[in-house]
Amino acid sequence: MNDMQFLTWVRGTGLDIAVSIFLLGVIWRLFEIYSIGRKQDLAAPRSTPGASGLHTIFRRSVPPEGMMKRSPVSYIGGYVFHIGLAIVVFLFAPHILLISNLTGLSWPGLPSQFIDLITVVTMAAMVLVLFDRINKPVKRFLSTFGDWFTWTLTFLPLLTGWLSVQHLLLPYTTMLALHILSVELLLVFLPFTKLFHAFTVFGSRWYIGKINGHKGVAV
Amino acid sequence: MQGPLIDTLARQGVTRRAFMKYCATLASMMALPPAAGRAMAEAMAAAPAAAKRPSVIWLPFQECTGCTESITRSHSPSLEGLIFDAISLDYQETLMAAAGHQAEEALHAAMKANEGKYLLIVDGSIPLGLDGAYSCIAGKSNLEALKEAAKGAAAIVAMGSCAAYGGIPKANPNPTGAVSVSDIIKDKPIINIPGCPPIPVVMTGVLAHFLTFGSLPELDGKGRPKAFYGETIHDRCYRRPFYDQGKFAKTFDDEGARNGWCLFELGCKGPVTYNACATVKWNGGTSWPVESGHGCLGCSEPDFWDAGGFYKALSMPADPLKMVANAAVVGAAAGVAISFANRGKKSAAKSAHETTTLADLEK
Repeated sequence: MNDMQFLTWVRGTGLDIAVSIFLLGVIWRLFEIYSIGRKQDLAAPRSTPGASGLHTIFRRSVPPEGMMKRSPVSYIGGYVFHIGLAIVVFLFAPHILLISNLTGLSWPGLPSQFIDLITVVTMAAMVLVLFDRINKPVKRFLSTFGDWFTWTLTFLPLLTGWLSVQHLLLPYTTMLALHILSVELLLVFLPFTKLFHAFTVFGSRWYIGKINGHKGVAV
Repeated sequence: MQGPLIDTLARQGVTRRAFMKYCATLASMMALPPAAGRAMAEAMAAAPAAAKRPSVIWLPFQECTGCTESITRSHSPSLEGLIFDAISLDYQETLMAAAGHQAEEALHAAMKANEGKYLLIVDGSIPLGLDGAYSCIAGKSNLEALKEAAKGAAAIVAMGSCAAYGGIPKANPNPTGAVSVSDIIKDKPIINIPGCPPIPVVMTGVLAHFLTFGSLPELDGKGRPKAFYGETIHDRCYRRPFYDQGKFAKTFDDEGARNGWCLFELGCKGPVTYNACATVKWNGGTSWPVESGHGCLGCSEPDFWDAGGFYKALSMPADPLKMVANAAVVGAAAGVAISFANRGKKSAAKSAHETTTLADLEK
């Protein structure tokens, strides 16, 4: 298989397989998670200001008092890499073109040099977050294979995308194919790893917030 | 500088100075040191009388003659055409006056007289299906002819994408079982000059290199001369700034197209195509496909016919996603089935639950 055949495969059959597994997994897990339900809490609800599902959704995006000082890398690094990732994924013109082709939705993109800068910043933030995870004994102790694996899955598309644009290491065609392949791997594993938080993060925050809100606790 | 070529050029009104300039340009295009230009000029100028000029045999297989047309016509009557005066083109079906048995005789005479020294140029792919019956010359299959001619060749030039990579004949479903020269010949130096057709100056550059140094220029991983195929169309494209700014033509006649914006969204394969079109251009530097408003087809890359369609952007799916709808249905079914299983478990746990009374605790 030469590099062009490889590229055509990842753009064709590979993409078909990856998107299919992704959709299958996402739909399956959403059905599974949201159908579990919960036993009704028969206790009389207490109402405290700020204790509700909606409040928790927003509150959990802001560091609790004192935590920013204790764990700045987690918060700042986390913010930078999540926002950076969103910009790179959704505002790079070729990516928008793919999304528009698959869904019909389209919006304006950003200049490629800007995307390039954001990619470097995002990768730096991810490396920093990883270093922090290795460096802090508690974080390291709490980390499982899934954490290292999903970090790699997220990092590879950024790295290969950047390398391909910069023409580093491998010829562009091969690197572009590897980039698409790495995204396909991400798609395949997303529904079955902790990366599924992309779909459930606000749902679960609302869920926790509501349970606690019923008890009158604002968390 | 003296020699038969210089005399010929002079007769055609080409000055020695113009000839030197041409050789220097050729050398610089191939990223050779400045002295190479003079060496090339001397080697070509010194090319002796007809019988002793380096012999070149050009075999056409499954091809459309576009490669020959490109090289002979687009530049005639330019200096590039005259480089042929430095070689002895002993067999070229389209160009030679001889036909039939005479042509065959010329071919075999040239092969015999220049054994081990001639340059073999091949255009067109070689069919392997039905024992090669899809394409025969003088009762011989292309496969036989190639093997026979390759035996005594000093080097082989696979001219055009068909000879280099199989090209159109090899496109899915490849009814003739077409393959490239390098798929068959393994024991000779092969240089690929892909393109549909290839750029004339690339061919003359390679010929000049062979004449001057007696060897082939430096090649890339796909057997192409690095000097001409070292960079992508995209990286050398004059429309590149528009790509970087995110300005794309959406159709071939919208405002973006009229403003000369990037053709990426219209399917341009420039980012994955290594060729010199963007710098050398075509027809004596007049224009090239992207300049004339059409995206690059990627013709100098292997299997460009089967790379997902000429009008689909590189970041778009190469084929329609066929399994996705079924996958969504299976996912939903699996989700619902597991939901029911979970509910079943829950109600089983509920019914199995034994109420603890005060009396139980006091036991």
